[in-house]
Amino acid sequence: MSKWLNPRSAFGITLIVVALLALPFVAAMGGQAWVRILNFAILYVFLALGLNIVVGYAGLLDLGYIAFYAVGAYTYALLASPHFGLHWPFWVILPIGALVACFFGVILGSPTLKLRGDYLAIVTLGFGEIVRIFMNNLNAPINITNGAQGITLIDPVAIGDFKFSTTSQILGISMSGPQKYYYLLLALVILVIIINLRLQNSRVGRAWQAIREDEIAAKAVGINTRNLKLLAFAMGASFGGVAGGVFSAMQGFVSPESFSLIESIMILAMVVLGGMGHIPGVILGAVLLSILPEALRYGVGPIQMAVFGKMLVDPESLRMLIFGLALVLVMRFKPAGLWPSPERKRELSDAGAGNG
Amino acid sequence: MDIFLQQIINGLVQGSIYALVALGYTMVYGIMGLINFAHGEVVMIGTLVTISVAGFLIKAGMPVIFAGLAGLTVSVLVCMALGWGLERVAYRPLRNAPRLTPLITAIGMSIVLQNVAMIIWGRNYLTFPPLLPSVAFEFGGAHFTAVQVIIVLVSALTMGGLLFLVYRTKLGMAMRATSQNPAVASLMGVNINRVIAAAFIIGSALGALAGIMVGTYYEIAHYQMGFMLGLKAFTAAVLGGIGNLAGAMLGGILLGLIEALGAGYIGDLTGGFLGSHYQDIFAFLVLIVVLMFKPSGLFGEKTGDRA
Repeated sequence: MSKWLNPRSAFGITLIVVALLALPFVAAMGGQAWVRILNFAILYVFLALGLNIVVGYAGLLDLGYIAFYAVGAYTYALLASPHFGLHWPFWVILPIGALVACFFGVILGSPTLKLRGDYLAIVTLGFGEIVRIFMNNLNAPINITNGAQGITLIDPVAIGDFKFSTTSQILGISMSGPQKYYYLLLALVILVIIINLRLQNSRVGRAWQAIREDEIAAKAVGINTRNLKLLAFAMGASFGGVAGGVFSAMQGFVSPESFSLIESIMILAMVVLGGMGHIPGVILGAVLLSILPEALRYGVGPIQMAVFGKMLVDPESLRMLIFGLALVLVMRFKPAGLWPSPERKRELSDAGAGNG
Repeated sequence: MDIFLQQIINGLVQGSIYALVALGYTMVYGIMGLINFAHGEVVMIGTLVTISVAGFLIKAGMPVIFAGLAGLTVSVLVCMALGWGLERVAYRPLRNAPRLTPLITAIGMSIVLQNVAMIIWGRNYLTFPPLLPSVAFEFGGAHFTAVQVIIVLVSALTMGGLLFLVYRTKLGMAMRATSQNPAVASLMGVNINRVIAAAFIIGSALGALAGIMVGTYYEIAHYQMGFMLGLKAFTAAVLGGIGNLAGAMLGGILLGLIEALGAGYIGDLTGGFLGSHYQDIFAFLVLIVVLMFKPSGLFGEKTGDRA
């Protein structure tokens, strides 16, 4: 811990903390929409870190991660909305959401442990689709999920009378709903980062890395690969569940549309683009990929108007086009991700032909 | 019994389309161990190009049959070029990169192609010009059309041709050698780059054919149609054992049959609890169950240790 006391790093940390605390007020100058974008960026960091446990640490390619997010979101939505007339408090539901998602993670994990690489990928993908299809259709004969319309009027997070959804005065500063959610999310994500950091160097984390590098060798040195792979699925899933609960409360609305395959793919892209298995890289990837499409949304249309005087190309497709190109180009020139872990970088330059 | 026969016919037709698309996935996977996520988009482009070319020629007064053939030729050529371009731009530079890297470029290319298609063809559904006469037959209480018969026949012929190419020609031998061991194959004088490019080009041509079949069958096309089709076809390829040509064909047909029968009988099986909108679940459930017992697909060889 001594490096934390070094005056230069202490200064750096203070700077980061101040910047993070001030960020929602800076963003609010551009409108509350930017605060929401910021909140989603943090939510994606949360999700990407959860998926990083499965993909980055344990090396299990999961293309259905969004299913756990969906399970968490629906758990919250059902237990805190007029749909069933239940209004349980936030803290009670969040752990329940994590547990339910964890349970689903084990359900998915246990039959698929034998599978390797791309076979696992397609099965997880199928699982994600199954969950989404059920959410889309479980409105008949018993209406559980309200089908494609989704569930509305979900309770916001509240601590006693202090509601996170409305503007209120705190210490003489007026804070909007999204700004309050920002601090809540920030606190949660810091917790997740700490858990991730501790996991990375723990006995479990090292065992995961051993499984990732060579499963047979890992088994040979006495690592219980079955339980550890299940644990990776379960932990990743629980993080997804918690993130889903927060999403549900923040949006006040969930529908199956938010949990399509493309979302799973986006989160995987965040992990890989940032630098698989490396926490700062994953955070960077998540922030970039969640902000970029939004920034393009605000940038592409006006720039076209300014340059050509009219809309030449539908801005919505142009922005996704640029986004897709960015994915290709980054991977083309930074195959190990934008910010890979030092060891991984070394492995790649040593081996030339690396495989993960 | 007539429902059963009807669903078998529908399943065969859908299955042959899946099989053709699945071959594109499996060829690329067999040779370079890469999931070409953009393959569904190649199929979509094949359909849309045919709509534009054939539609234009029919409007210009050309007989339908020639317009259709011209549309087919142009669309196959465009898709071949596209497949070749994809390999050059998105995959070749990353051949020695970590395994997940080309997966992300594939996804990037898929997003790019979808949006290019949306810019060119717009976001509305397009109607596919009727290229084949709509003749209907009846057999044992089940109805089927000339289109369905032709789809099954053409895909069977194409698959036969592909098997001939892979098992009876020099290029096929080079492909099989590369899929077993690229380094040794290249020592034996096989030009790996050309073999990989050939796999992409042939796979894309099959994709274009499949796209045209989808168009004639459903008479409708859309810039997002490639996504679900690609997903199903990929599922079919994995079901059969990815990298295995016969596996992809049988997997495709099997998936088509399972879906059709599933959609036909799911209501009866669950006492009306689940309706036919659960059709998509069947494909994935069967896949999960099959892989639980045969972890490398129905006909796949044991995969290596590339986690």
